[in-house]
Amino acid sequence: MIKTVIESIRDTLRQEMARDERIFILGEDVGVLGGVFRVTEGLYETFGPDRLIDAPISELAIIGIAIGAAGVGLRPIAEIEFADFIHPAFDQIVNQAAKLRYRTNGDWDCPLVIRTPYGGGIHGALYHSQSIEATFAHFPGLKIVAPATPYDAKGLLRAALADPDPVLYLEHKKTYRSIKGEVPEEDYIVPIGKAEVKRQGADLSIFAYGMMLHESLAAAELLAQDGISAEVIDLRSLLPIDWETIFESVRKTNRVCIVHEDTYTMGLGAEIGARIAEEAFMDLDAPIVRVTGPDLPGVPFNEIGEQTFLPNAQKIADAARRLAQF
Amino acid sequence: MELASQLLPIDIETLELDMYRTMLLARRLDERMWALNRQGKGHFAVPCAGHEATGVGYALALDPAHDHLAPHHRDVSALLVWGITPRDILCHFLGKAPDPASGGRQMYAHWGSRRLRIFSLSSVMAGHVPHAVGVALAAKYRRSSIASSRGKGDNSSEEHSPRDDALTVTWCGFGDGSSSKGDVHESMNFAAIHKLPIVFCCENNGYAISVPQKMQMAVENVADRAAGYGFPGVVVDGMNPLAVYECARLAVERARCGEGPTLIEAKVYRYLPHTSNDDDTRYRTRQDVEHARARDPLKTFRAQLYTEQLLNAGSEAQLERQVGEQVEDAAAYALAAPELSAEDTFKYVYG
Ligand SMILES: Cc1ncc(C[n+]2csc(CCOP(=O)(O)OP(=O)(O)O)c2C)c(N)n1
Ligand SMILES: [Mg+2]
Repeated sequence: MIKTVIESIRDTLRQEMARDERIFILGEDVGVLGGVFRVTEGLYETFGPDRLIDAPISELAIIGIAIGAAGVGLRPIAEIEFADFIHPAFDQIVNQAAKLRYRTNGDWDCPLVIRTPYGGGIHGALYHSQSIEATFAHFPGLKIVAPATPYDAKGLLRAALADPDPVLYLEHKKTYRSIKGEVPEEDYIVPIGKAEVKRQGADLSIFAYGMMLHESLAAAELLAQDGISAEVIDLRSLLPIDWETIFESVRKTNRVCIVHEDTYTMGLGAEIGARIAEEAFMDLDAPIVRVTGPDLPGVPFNEIGEQTFLPNAQKIADAARRLAQF
Repeated sequence: MELASQLLPIDIETLELDMYRTMLLARRLDERMWALNRQGKGHFAVPCAGHEATGVGYALALDPAHDHLAPHHRDVSALLVWGITPRDILCHFLGKAPDPASGGRQMYAHWGSRRLRIFSLSSVMAGHVPHAVGVALAAKYRRSSIASSRGKGDNSSEEHSPRDDALTVTWCGFGDGSSSKGDVHESMNFAAIHKLPIVFCCENNGYAISVPQKMQMAVENVADRAAGYGFPGVVVDGMNPLAVYECARLAVERARCGEGPTLIEAKVYRYLPHTSNDDDTRYRTRQDVEHARARDPLKTFRAQLYTEQLLNAGSEAQLERQVGEQVEDAAAYALAAPELSAEDTFKYVYG
């Protein structure tokens, strides 16, 4: 069945909640309203106030309480209304959830899913556009996924809910309604830690995720018109990263372009580039290229400012053309 | 207080002796760990001296077979009631492999045991308070939501309450210093909204390391803040185990019946420096510390037991001998226990 990303997430939440009574959703406006983006629309009517808990504006407590409930065997889904507001809960995520198993020698665990909408392109300005993945990718013990398609939205959400560790499930809000795709009715899982080759190519590899996957696929179309064959890989899992799929593609194309909307310095591109330089240096025919958000404190509200900030198909294609010609 | 007295068990003598024995054991363990630290064995001691009465008082008011603890870091006496052994404590202190809280990964006083329902502590002051609320939420959730369909993909058998209608209770301890953190505010607010089965207990020893209470807050009692959340706040003499016990019994009963949280503030004193790395002469006088010795529960409660003829020179000597043997056994065991291996250092990042 063809669904949008938001429909895929909503339907998966409904299915999994019907199947497993340990699952509940805790977050601001998730209940009666159905979420500010309507991800949880209709769930309150089915599952009631015990399982869709409208929280006060207390991000720290939303995550901390979910950690406590996860520790004693429930399967909480904590929703942070916008990723931009996750930082009051930073300590709970990185010092508590991510460390609970390790610090107790495996005695306790934290099977917690944190869902949050992130990313720009919807006129959200500085505080409704942030990409937070790099900040959290520095913390062993945590997992991070960023589905770009309705298919992966379901498969990765089911994987996250089945995972014994805390998973940060990032929903790019621009994909919510703009990206449609086939979502099978049957149960399937997209394993955490596996990337996917979305388009085969021979001349260069583009690594992307979230909304930037779609911009990268559009860039590959533009490049094809110039006779450049770009391979496009959807990373999907950001912690852990599927290094095998990355190195395989580098060995094949020998040219690397990493794309993310998150800012440049210390972004995921830095880690991916470093690992390729360490482990696949002899396979490279050109310096690694990064197309990312600029090192600015935030995404401006103004339309031109916003477009200036965000990478897009054109910017990616321009960089990739230079890479191909190197 | 009339109602509280009715809650006391018939066998008050056994209770009082139990309290004294556990407080004494906690104090002697404390002294042993301090000495080991000063001998260069054990990098970090966190004294409990002064907090023992609060620990035994509340732990004996709970049901250790079903209830949950998210304790304060100085709650050695409560943990002894709860089933943590002197050997466990010394292994944790020395960071040895058999340390049940962390297998030697965490500093001392970072308690935890899944088997005993003690939620793991980190070094982050008050970071455990929302976890305690989450545990309490789970207790209520299970009763309202899962109870109706038990056995369906659910591994919650640990969560049975001895009384059908009753809730398991979570006890959450923290210090006066920790009470200033947003974690505590957000947690209390949430617990109040949902009338969760939890008791918050602020063990107020007057200091956050060196910072005295008057530089931490403008109010005299942390308990006064409970009014702002819509549940009762009570001040109790935390150096009197029976007073803490009575007060805790009421709060626990309230929580168990679904009437929601209580904030208990136990006024205590810390006799030793904050930790083995602290120098308390820089922020309080020796006279202050000596003055507070008059309230020492090991003194006052001992005197009470003598008056009540529950203790005499002979039985006390025997008790000291037994406790001393337990402490020495624990120290010897922990000193000889294996270290965390380099190989095991890499374990348990993910499940
Ligand atoms: C969030 C945080 N800030 C600072 C510290 C350093 N620190 C450790 S214990 C402590 C004081 C705690 O005081 P209180 O809560 O009153 O407990 P007490 O040790 O007095 O029993 C501080 C500041 C910490 N561990 N965590
Ligand atoms: Mg204090």
